[in-house]
Amino acid sequence: MSRNPNATGAPDADPAVVRFDDVSMRYGRAPEILKDLTFTLAPGSFHFVTGASGAGKTSLLKLLFLAAKPSKGLMHLFGQDVSTVAREDQPFLRRRIGVVYQEFKLLEHMSAFDNTALPLRIEGRKPDSYRNDVAELLAWVGLKHRMHAMPATLAGGEKQRLAIARAVVNRPEILLADEPTGNVDPEMGLRILKLFVELNRLGTTVLFATHDEDLVARSGMPVLHLENGRLTAHGARP
Amino acid sequence: MSDFDIGRWRPAPFLPEADSRDGSLTFVVATLCFLACLTLIAVLATNRAARDWTSQLDGQATIIVRPKANETPDGAAARAAETLAGVPGVAEARALEKEKAEALIAPWLGAADLSDLPVPRLVAVQLTKTAPADAIALDRALKAQGLDAVVDDHSVWMADIQHAAQVARWVGMAVFGLIATAAAAVVAFATRAGLAARREVVEVLHLSGAEDGFIAGLFQLRFAKMAAIAGLFGAGAAAIMGAILRLAGGGQGLTPVLPITWLDLLAVLPAPLAAGAVAALAARLTAQAMIRDLA
Ligand SMILES: Nc1ncnc2c1ncn2[C@@H]1O[C@H](COP(=O)(O)OP(=O)(O)OP(=O)(O)O)[C@@H](O)[C@H]1O
Ligand SMILES: [Mg+2]
Repeated sequence: MSRNPNATGAPDADPAVVRFDDVSMRYGRAPEILKDLTFTLAPGSFHFVTGASGAGKTSLLKLLFLAAKPSKGLMHLFGQDVSTVAREDQPFLRRRIGVVYQEFKLLEHMSAFDNTALPLRIEGRKPDSYRNDVAELLAWVGLKHRMHAMPATLAGGEKQRLAIARAVVNRPEILLADEPTGNVDPEMGLRILKLFVELNRLGTTVLFATHDEDLVARSGMPVLHLENGRLTAHGARP
Repeated sequence: MSDFDIGRWRPAPFLPEADSRDGSLTFVVATLCFLACLTLIAVLATNRAARDWTSQLDGQATIIVRPKANETPDGAAARAAETLAGVPGVAEARALEKEKAEALIAPWLGAADLSDLPVPRLVAVQLTKTAPADAIALDRALKAQGLDAVVDDHSVWMADIQHAAQVARWVGMAVFGLIATAAAAVVAFATRAGLAARREVVEVLHLSGAEDGFIAGLFQLRFAKMAAIAGLFGAGAAAIMGAILRLAGGGQGLTPVLPITWLDLLAVLPAPLAAGAVAALAARLTAQAMIRDLA
């Protein structure tokens, strides 16, 4: 598939990596959680998603990693209208998106090393082609000495970093991070932020959901602020 | 820790090893396979028994000969036997001695003195296997010789016995069908329960970009293996049980009620395959439904 943002006619011709047009979303028959969201994310951009607890941050990310569907509106990912993507093709879209889940979703029966390697194995890559990269990445997130550890034996901050390692291991084009600093002290929070900024410099589009106003203020990055399911600020500093 | 050697690392299985619940799953599947196999062996034996009953009566006829005034009973019987032996489709015709005939009717008459009663004589006819003569042909031949005789080709008995055999056959098949269906349902339910216990794994694989067929395939293989092994235990136990019954019944098996043969025991062979196939199908469908629920 063409990834050239300048190609015309191809689905990826849209320069935006993410484009929402009047997107709403709800769970089942409940009232809408997200209402009329309209925004775009340029390739290589970095945005925070803020809002009170229950404002809909996780729900917004769920739309993006294709775990939920809009109840209304148009959502484009990599220039493709997601509603037209066949079910068989969705896995390939998901592989281009790394996610740090709010509750980690680590596999308890696999070591830290195996958890990190999971996305690469799902892509069908051979262990020899990635074993050193995985080790390097785990060292980079400070888990050099915990590679063999099972998730149950890891501390909260370690799990968080493991979840981050898994999210970025296959160099996704979009990185969605849901409260990735929620379980760590401010110092570790800052380190994680730096890690994401570094990935962002390498070209990854980052969406970082957080409560941490302090972190947002320090970073100086643009914010998507959710209030009662609506966006109240885009690209503006809080 | 330095004891982790990256060069020696091998990917862990995608699915967790046996869950604590899998033990009871295996036990239940094995038990139902055992019952289904045992029923199947019993059905096969019943079928054979039914065939034996009918084949023993088949190919025979009995002729009751009433002597006419100018003839002794023995003479009439001998003449009848001679006549019948000449009919095409009769292998052998033999007049029963007076004592035998009397013994046959003794139960009805008690210890009465039969010597002055005109006891009818019997002729036992063995029909040929290939083209047995029917009752009408026998009757016609006897009439042609001026013999007063009644032909009994056991058709009334045969009908009764065939009916009984048929009922036994159907009952056996129905019981087998019920147990096999129950076994399949249990395998399916157990597989679903096993999958539900691994829901998080399904979710993570799905969200990480694994294709639906890939995830379903993992579960299909895992549960097919588990059910096939359980089925093997159940079928093996049923075969051992069958062998014990066979040995207990001596060379004849439990003839004529349950004549098990060694060959019958082979009927349990498809059970592990069937259990595996049912589990595979159930796992595939359940996994697919589960994945579809995720998004
Ligand atoms: N699976 C679900 N089914 C039904 N309602 C849900 C579900 N998940 C979330 N909600 C509801 O949707 C609303 C938004 O939830 P969401 O998790 O998106 O908020 P959030 O901004 O991520 O909150 P937090 O900061 O606590 O993580 C909440 O009212 C929540 O109760
Ligand atoms: Mg949330």
